[in-house]
Amino acid sequence: MNNGYVLQMKDISKEYYGNKVLKGVNLNVKAGEIHCLVGENGAGKSTLMNILFGMDVIHSTGGYEGEILFNEKITEIKSPKKAMELGIGMVHQEFMLIPEFTITENIKLNREITKDNVISKILGDRLRTIDSKRMNDDARSALDRLDMNIDEWVRIVGLPVGHMQFVEIAREIDKTKVKLMVFDEPTAVLTESEADNLLKSMKKLASSGIAILFITHRLDEVISISDNVTILRDGELVKTLVTSESSVGEIAELMVGRKVDILNKEEKNKKQVKREVILELKDFSVHMPGEEVKNINLKIENGEIFGIGGLAGQGKVGIANGIMGLYPSNGELYLKGNKLKLNDTNNSLENGLAFVSEDRREVGLILDSSIELNIIFTALNIQNKFLKKYLFFTLQNSKKIKKHTDEMIKKLDIRCTSSKQNVGKLSGGNQQKVCIARALTQDPDILFVSEPTRGIDIGAKKLVLDLLVELNKELGMTIVMTSSELTELRKISDRIAIISEGKVAGILKPGDSDKKFGLMMSGTKIKELQEEVI
Amino acid sequence: MAEVKEINKKNSQLKSFFIKNIVTIIFIVITIIGILLSELSFTFIVNELINRISRNSFLVLSLIIPILAGIGLNFGIVVGAMAGQTAIIMVTYWGITGLKGFILSLIFAFPFAVLFGYLTGKLFNKTKGQEMIAGLIVGFFANGIYQFVFLYLVGTIIPMKNTVMIKPDGVGLRNTISLCGGDYPDGIKYALDGIFRLNLFYFMIIGSSLVMIYAVYKILKNRNKKYIPVKSSGTYITYIIIALVFIAVSIGVLVSGSSLAMLKVPVITLAVIAVLCLFNVLIMKTKIGQDFRTVGLSQSIAKVSGINVDRTRLIATIISTVLAAWGQIIFLQNIGTMNTYGNHMQVGMFAIAAILIGGASVTKANVRHALIGTALFHSVFIVSPTAGKTLFGDAQIGEFFRAFVVYGVIGISLGLHAWKKRAVSRL
Amino acid sequence: MTSKLIVNKIGLPRFIISTLFVFVLILAVVLKVPMDMLLSDVIKRFGMYGILVLAMVPSIQSGTGPNFALPIGIVCGLLGATMSIEFGHVGFSAFIIAVLFSIPIAVITGYFYGKLLNAVKGSEMAIATYTGFSVVQLMSIGWIMLPFKSGQMIWPIGKGLRTTFTLEKTFGHVLDNFLHFNILGVTIPTGLLLFFLGACYFVYLFTKSKTGTAILAGGMNPNYARASGVNIDKGRMIANILSTVLGAVGIIVYSSSYGFVQLYTAPLMMAFPAVAAVLIGGATAKRAKISHVIIGVLLFQGLLTSAMPVTNKIFPVGNISEIIRTVVQNGIILYALTKVEGGK
Repeated sequence: MNNGYVLQMKDISKEYYGNKVLKGVNLNVKAGEIHCLVGENGAGKSTLMNILFGMDVIHSTGGYEGEILFNEKITEIKSPKKAMELGIGMVHQEFMLIPEFTITENIKLNREITKDNVISKILGDRLRTIDSKRMNDDARSALDRLDMNIDEWVRIVGLPVGHMQFVEIAREIDKTKVKLMVFDEPTAVLTESEADNLLKSMKKLASSGIAILFITHRLDEVISISDNVTILRDGELVKTLVTSESSVGEIAELMVGRKVDILNKEEKNKKQVKREVILELKDFSVHMPGEEVKNINLKIENGEIFGIGGLAGQGKVGIANGIMGLYPSNGELYLKGNKLKLNDTNNSLENGLAFVSEDRREVGLILDSSIELNIIFTALNIQNKFLKKYLFFTLQNSKKIKKHTDEMIKKLDIRCTSSKQNVGKLSGGNQQKVCIARALTQDPDILFVSEPTRGIDIGAKKLVLDLLVELNKELGMTIVMTSSELTELRKISDRIAIISEGKVAGILKPGDSDKKFGLMMSGTKIKELQEEVI
Repeated sequence: MAEVKEINKKNSQLKSFFIKNIVTIIFIVITIIGILLSELSFTFIVNELINRISRNSFLVLSLIIPILAGIGLNFGIVVGAMAGQTAIIMVTYWGITGLKGFILSLIFAFPFAVLFGYLTGKLFNKTKGQEMIAGLIVGFFANGIYQFVFLYLVGTIIPMKNTVMIKPDGVGLRNTISLCGGDYPDGIKYALDGIFRLNLFYFMIIGSSLVMIYAVYKILKNRNKKYIPVKSSGTYITYIIIALVFIAVSIGVLVSGSSLAMLKVPVITLAVIAVLCLFNVLIMKTKIGQDFRTVGLSQSIAKVSGINVDRTRLIATIISTVLAAWGQIIFLQNIGTMNTYGNHMQVGMFAIAAILIGGASVTKANVRHALIGTALFHSVFIVSPTAGKTLFGDAQIGEFFRAFVVYGVIGISLGLHAWKKRAVSRL
Repeated sequence: MTSKLIVNKIGLPRFIISTLFVFVLILAVVLKVPMDMLLSDVIKRFGMYGILVLAMVPSIQSGTGPNFALPIGIVCGLLGATMSIEFGHVGFSAFIIAVLFSIPIAVITGYFYGKLLNAVKGSEMAIATYTGFSVVQLMSIGWIMLPFKSGQMIWPIGKGLRTTFTLEKTFGHVLDNFLHFNILGVTIPTGLLLFFLGACYFVYLFTKSKTGTAILAGGMNPNYARASGVNIDKGRMIANILSTVLGAVGIIVYSSSYGFVQLYTAPLMMAFPAVAAVLIGGATAKRAKISHVIIGVLLFQGLLTSAMPVTNKIFPVGNISEIIRTVVQNGIILYALTKVEGGK
């Protein structure tokens, strides 16, 4: 029985603490094939890859169901080392390169070729001498296979990013008998011409008989290079398509499609009201590593819930962080028509902006401190609330602090033993409520909420979203919500901006078609998009 | 135009050379001023320097491997020094003297140093990022235990009977222990130094000749090589010229019959130091050496590529501790008396200050830094009291200045390292 | 199970040291060490060392870790003390003038020290240690060179100030003797205790002020504080100035109570017992409260003071309590270091 499949993953399921993240997924890759894997964040791509590489996270959380066939033999991949021995290689999104080392040293990292010397014979293998000549020869031949004519003894430091990517690939093909190579979003960090070169090399590798599994969100790349494409959504296999028989539009639709019940029933009524612009972004850029925002223009209207969506790493998270002055930004910001000073957190807070960070544990909270301090601190520091004069000293007004915290605990239903409890001891959902309570204590005009439901359970998710809607309706608070979950954005927002590659790909209404959302998120050029939509 | 560019390039090269070696250059200047002020005879200074270089270099060299493995300046070598002293106490108590005693103390020191190094290394793995303060404190901590053992357990729990080493009341070791050699030896003094001493200038002539032969060999080898050589033939020609100058000067001094011509060097000790230098160079060319470098440059990448980071750091610490133990034994066989409760305490700071003065940093060190640093540091050490006296009329000022230099240079280089790390991470 | 819970709640170091302290006290009773003397000593040392330990609180709260550069503050305090004597003050006024002189000096030095710490974030502890060491050495040159004339302080022959000189005629024991009384043979140095507790209360009030709260938040989570508009570097600066000032005042109190001023290399190692005390009291390299200071000084100095007469009865030779100090003090610092998060 020779069906030519290098890898067959059959009916793979995986649970993390009762939470099903993969549900019966199948994936088949033939030798010499370029197979694309697409899906939104959280669709299960990385879990699937973790299973393929036998990562610790999988085995320490109870393993997986289903079976993996490698070269048509049932195989259990228990460790990354085993995966490597089988001939599975991975090109990471982040480079695993040491800048001070030469290309050869990086290619041979911890796989150095050694030779015996007098001492190593007595004291063991780790004292064998490095055989740099043979290492250089190996590195040379790996580089040659990729048509790289750079010298192998050059140090990494100072090389262009594209070259570094190739060194990573060279390392994988230098590992003997590579049969399957996984590329995890390799083109994300490359310039266009570098990306083209990479795709060419991938084709060349495939034609030499190596199977390639290509994870990407750029659907044009999918169309141009792959033989087959597998689409995942919410941990389920949506479909495996033959690329030549499909289109960007079809893939995009399959990637996003799901039922959305729109919570904002009065959407129609609202739309007719002509609202003022409360915040305007002009040529606004933010230098947030991994989430760069590049010259965007946006108008946020008073009293709306404005959603910001897009895939991870595309810059959606950078916008709120930039407006709050947490990461360096440039361009212009107008709040109610007045120019807002950039890169000054104090100033942003003083002007009635409040921010609930996407990074709850690192930025949003002081984990080993009380609920009280967490909730009142920003208001105390910025608005001099909760202070009282005692003779020469202006000190915390502990009575007022306690009273306010208790009110917030009641109002937002924060489950805790007392207002003095450390927030580190609370559950994720309750922690998120503390973050929101802190922002509310400021009485803000605009509330920025980033990833409000990340890492909290389903019940708490609903509570948090309901709370945001309530604040919006009852207090008329303008809310800017950034989220990776399109469903929740479409559930509560009035308008949704999709950010792709640091730019606004377009602004959509919650009721717009899945295809539109899918295409915009995949960074399909606006022009093509318009054609597609027409 | 091209010439101007060439000159500009040379200028900027010169500038970057100065900036890179600023600490070393400052100390060369201080040393020269100190020598001029001190009014000490040149012969005295050179003699002292030979002594101090031969007895301290080994300790300073023991610092290199932990620096390359990313642990930083190993203040924990104090613990190694304690292992060395423990071994010396053992051989001295059993009356094993001379070369035999010396070699035995190296052997006895080994298991202690491995054990202490293992514990220190474990601690370093638990205090990643704070190894340098942890190393300092671990020295203080171990000193408490060391004192407890040798002040209270000796003569009570450890059955050591009354010898000249033990205090009159039978409990605890004396403050100083004589290691005298000679005709009626009671210790290991000069066990290594005394094997073979050679006139300094004969030694220089022989050494320079060897360098010349090596240089000529390299030049010939450079002619037919595929890869670009590490050093150009020009560098080797410079070596030859320097060697010739040394030979000429040496012959000149010998002929002139000045008091300098009487100076001698402990050849075997220097040979042992040379072997250690070679060891430090060679180990970096092995698999474990490559692992040290990888771990030193990036623990996370090392871990991902399957290197056992903690174990590698542990090995580096153990090697350093063992070398420090042996270094302390070499140090004491030269000094000839052991200050039981004091000798080890300064070892870490002095060795670290020396290697930093030689141009090393928290992440970069080599044999050259260690040797140049030892020479410069001890030059300052020799001349500063007398220089202080000439300058301010008080020898104490020179001594305080010396101590200030030790702490200051360590503080500054730690500061620069932290500052650079921050500057890089902010980019 | 419950016993383990109690240990967890008290904290392992605090538990071990208090057990040891109680054990030594029992031994003292058994060995018939005069208890009134012993307790008087414990209380006196509690007041003597207190403010030096208190100096650890602001720096830990601001996130720079324990102030290993305490010798810098100490040197400022000694400068204030020597200047006060040089200008001929005696008694209480000498003490107050010493404090008043030392505060501006400490504020200025603390400012530069704070600048340094802000430039070397992440390695504060090691750098602080060596900065402290080198300042002590540099100041040793100062003690020789500075043009002091007072016969109480300078060497009769030769240059510079004496290494140790008595405060008998100036401000020795002024605080101890203020309203002191005896109870069951135990001397209570009321003034000293009041001064220490007053300083504690002052620092407590500071931590409850707006600036103090911002420093606390900045120390516990700089990212959180920055997102709330706190200038972290400024907070660290203020905290370290305060810590340096406390170090300066602390050494004046210490010297007064001790009855002698010790110059030159005496301050070199003084940071370590203070760091150890606050850690024993329950602080970590990241968190410290006033209660940690009070408990810590009492336990650590109490243990050391009572260990001396007790061990001397068991081991009549040598000074084993010095060894206990070394092991306990450095052991606790190492323990705290293993709890510091970090690494690359």
